[in-house]
Amino acid sequence: MNTSVIETSSTGTSALEAARLVLARDIRLALRKRGQLIQPLAFFAIVTTLFPLGISPELSRLRDVAPGVLWVAALLSSLLALEFLFRDDAQDGTLEQHVLSGQSLTWLLFAKTVAHWLLTGLPLAVMAPLAGLSLGVPAAALSGIVVSVAIGSVALSLIGSIGAALTLGVKRSGALLSLLTLPLSMPVLIFGARATELAIRGAGFAPPLYLLGALAVLGITLAPLAAAAAVRISLE
Amino acid sequence: MAWTWFHRLGSPPYIYGLAARLTPWFAWLAAVLIIGGLYGGLILAPPDYQQGDDFRIIYVHAPSAWMSLMVYSTMAISAGVGLIWRIKIAHAAAASCAPIGASFTFAALVTGSLWGERMWGTYWEWDPRLTSELILLFLYLGYMGLRSAMDDMQRADRASAVLAVVGIVNVPIIHYSVLWWNSLHQAPSVMQLAKPTMPPSMLIPLLMMLFGFTVLFVALLLVRLRAEILNRERAASWIREAVTQ
Repeated sequence: MNTSVIETSSTGTSALEAARLVLARDIRLALRKRGQLIQPLAFFAIVTTLFPLGISPELSRLRDVAPGVLWVAALLSSLLALEFLFRDDAQDGTLEQHVLSGQSLTWLLFAKTVAHWLLTGLPLAVMAPLAGLSLGVPAAALSGIVVSVAIGSVALSLIGSIGAALTLGVKRSGALLSLLTLPLSMPVLIFGARATELAIRGAGFAPPLYLLGALAVLGITLAPLAAAAAVRISLE
Repeated sequence: MAWTWFHRLGSPPYIYGLAARLTPWFAWLAAVLIIGGLYGGLILAPPDYQQGDDFRIIYVHAPSAWMSLMVYSTMAISAGVGLIWRIKIAHAAAASCAPIGASFTFAALVTGSLWGERMWGTYWEWDPRLTSELILLFLYLGYMGLRSAMDDMQRADRASAVLAVVGIVNVPIIHYSVLWWNSLHQAPSVMQLAKPTMPPSMLIPLLMMLFGFTVLFVALLLVRLRAEILNRERAASWIREAVTQ
């Protein structure tokens, strides 16, 4: 089986070209089921609404907890969205075809994860400022929130892809998936919430952002390899 | 080169017998070291000039915390060996490590929180080391959860091995991010101020406990490994002979 980086398979399609095709396919399919895409975003909005109801309507108090609330909500919503990553493709046999295609499974899964991030992580980053405003975050801090959620959700999607691949064959895997994924996501939460907090205070938030970027790069480098191994084991 | 000794390590009947023969040695050595360490630590060592007798919990806490990490590394390494060379015994060893490691982690959390009650006046402080231990406990629970969710033994072995290897890559990242997080939110606690060097009367019992816990882990691992082999090979013919002997 082909696991090397960029190689031309017997069919003549290069690994990058195959990855591009998978990316385009996943996005096209997801756009046909728009209702599914809105669910994690609605979930994010609901969770951020729960906190003012549970804590206090005072914006000054909410502003203090806003980074934590935004990031915990983003973490939970990305966990919820992980269900869409492999489930349908595993059920209808597409994933098996990916494994048998002779293409590098690592690249194909990386493409799937990129598609997943474009469809769930990026919209989350666009929506986070709205939730931020409702928690009393000053308008000047919103750009910082967008950037940190955008970078952090890359790492979350990649970490999640390993958990989703490992629990492919498991029935009612929701609780198990969160048990596997959340401990590994804690560094993302720490650096993301810190960047948001600094942005709210009006301080420079570059350092935690660099660390988030480092986590994302590490995820890009290693997570697809682990996810490919996990998918092979789950489909055996 | 005679590689037969190495190949024999992959054979369940051989390991089963070897573990049976080695267990008493490790168990007795652990008992001697731990009893000696506890006597030295709880009775012979002088009270600390700042913490009085409260510091003595370190004789259980520090070895437990040390073991929680060492068992995780052992588990990840044997899981990796099992994954790469497809050695059944390595998977069995990794599976046997997890409950032991989780217990050591739990012991470290409980003793840490008891010590915290005396030192900080609260059972739980978001101290970076305790927080890392808590996350480590979640990693163990995830590993065991994934194993128990899969009926097929081979799939459970290989899937949980991937998780253990991913986990060991993440353990240092989690540890340092928690340290960094903590340094921003609270002043360093009493323990982390200049750590005075220990006098030998305190240090020797601690080293005995560290070594004793390590040997205890090996003894427990051998016992669990035998149970794991019995369970996995229950259909094999050699089991009947081994059990009725």
